[in-house]
Amino acid sequence: MDITFKQVDYTYQANSPFEHKALKDLTFHLPGGSFTAIVGHTGSGKSTLLQHLNGLVRPTSGSVQIGEHTLEPKKKPKQAKELRKQVGIVFQYPEHQLFEETVEKDIAFGPRNFGVAENEISRRVKESAEAVGLDLSLLSRSPFELSGGQMRRVAIAGVLAVRPRVLVLDEPTAGLDPRGQREIMDMFYRLHKEQQLTTILVTHSMEDALTYADHMLVLDKGEKYMEGTPVDVFQDRQALQQVQLDVPEIFQFLQKTSERFGKQLAYEGENFDRLAEQLADLAGDKK
Amino acid sequence: MNNLLIVGQYVPTNSIVHRMDPRIKMLIIFFYVIFIFFANNVVSYALFTVFAVGGTLLTKVPWRFIAKGLTPVWFLIVFTFILHLFVTKEGTVLVNVFGLPIYSGALEQGAVISLRFFLLILLTSLLTLTTTPIEITDGVESLLGPLRRFKFPVHELALMMSISLRFIPTLLQETEKISNAQASRGVDFRTGPFRERVRAVIPLLVPLFVSAFKRAEELAMAMEARGYRGGEGRTKLRELQVMKRDVAALIIFIIVVAAALITRDYS
Repeated sequence: MDITFKQVDYTYQANSPFEHKALKDLTFHLPGGSFTAIVGHTGSGKSTLLQHLNGLVRPTSGSVQIGEHTLEPKKKPKQAKELRKQVGIVFQYPEHQLFEETVEKDIAFGPRNFGVAENEISRRVKESAEAVGLDLSLLSRSPFELSGGQMRRVAIAGVLAVRPRVLVLDEPTAGLDPRGQREIMDMFYRLHKEQQLTTILVTHSMEDALTYADHMLVLDKGEKYMEGTPVDVFQDRQALQQVQLDVPEIFQFLQKTSERFGKQLAYEGENFDRLAEQLADLAGDKK
Repeated sequence: MNNLLIVGQYVPTNSIVHRMDPRIKMLIIFFYVIFIFFANNVVSYALFTVFAVGGTLLTKVPWRFIAKGLTPVWFLIVFTFILHLFVTKEGTVLVNVFGLPIYSGALEQGAVISLRFFLLILLTSLLTLTTTPIEITDGVESLLGPLRRFKFPVHELALMMSISLRFIPTLLQETEKISNAQASRGVDFRTGPFRERVRAVIPLLVPLFVSAFKRAEELAMAMEARGYRGGEGRTKLRELQVMKRDVAALIIFIIVVAAALITRDYS
């Protein structure tokens, strides 16, 4: 599903001393099946942007188009539930939303609300538990007995079980150990590829943005600051540093090496072999 | 949700009222609430009105904002007025509305009661508009100080108060976060039959309680780690001090009350 923001403004507590503009004149387009990373310093409007994606809030002015659904100011969307069925959001620390007696019931909660048939639900529960790497023996346990990492997986499975067409991830790996982070991100990437899910990832990790995303949006104080492919965006380290962001380590490495040896090295994806060859050439030149 | 919570929210304008000692503010409000019931004629009501409106002007909080904060109460004020209009049967009949006679006494009575109601709410809302929760609890602790002699746990009470006040915004935020998450999973909090809506609260309340308990435990640990051992021998970074402006406010208030008591009708 395509997602289009047209000149979106969003203001909190309008007409009060606490008025705060969270989004300003935001315009962008995300084609269906793309993987977009949204980065920005704390308070840049990322979370507010996410809440527009399934109609939790409506723009103060401008419009948001998600597939066939349109969000406009002062007009209640007619099929909010249908929109939410198609857009799954994994919020920050999603394990805080668990509440059922068993893991199975909690994963089934979403599909049940959206009116999925009972026999289909149990199939989806198993399927999404497997997708997030949960052992099926945990299904009958209480979610509150599990470890933090397992709770996170249960919550994610609960979102996946609805089978959304758009998957929105708000720092899905925050607070996990490095291996868990990798596993979860790889899992999302696999789902994105297999089901052509339009994926939107909010992250502080420039490494993740580089590894997984094909499109990138940099926000600053509610405005669009930069947009493009991650590789393009990361070429301009200075611009990113101005908004308290940095580039992935590999770009820092390339930049430092270029400065040191006075020869421009190109970024070739995450191909370390190619990088090694270039470095070997450099060493050769030196001799 | 954000837009509803303005009632009595602290507005930092650093006016003279903001800088007053919270204890004096609370004392004035406490006695104002008592003495306004002694007013019974134009002069005494005028005095109390001038005091409350003057105090509001001094806070420098925009009127529009205060009026908005009072929105939920307007209804009650108007309702009281109308109720009195039809129920009280004193004085002469002024007009007939739909066959119901309206008496002159009723008009007077309704106006007076609504005015009193309005003044009470206006002045009490000034406390939270101009005083931070921390100042309020400090003030309460200090005012209740004498009760310590009777083994009344004053410090603990103040601590409980400040912790609960401190966590109101946190819990509200948490509620909003969880309700967003559950709404995204297809819970409908706003429409549907009553029974369904009550059931929809469970996915909200369970996570909220879980996190509140977790928070309480973490807070207790953090306090112990920082060496908290109860109120015994504990000193304060900012001691409350009665300043000239507080004395002045108190004197003005006493004059207003005295004048109102003298001018009221005793017949």
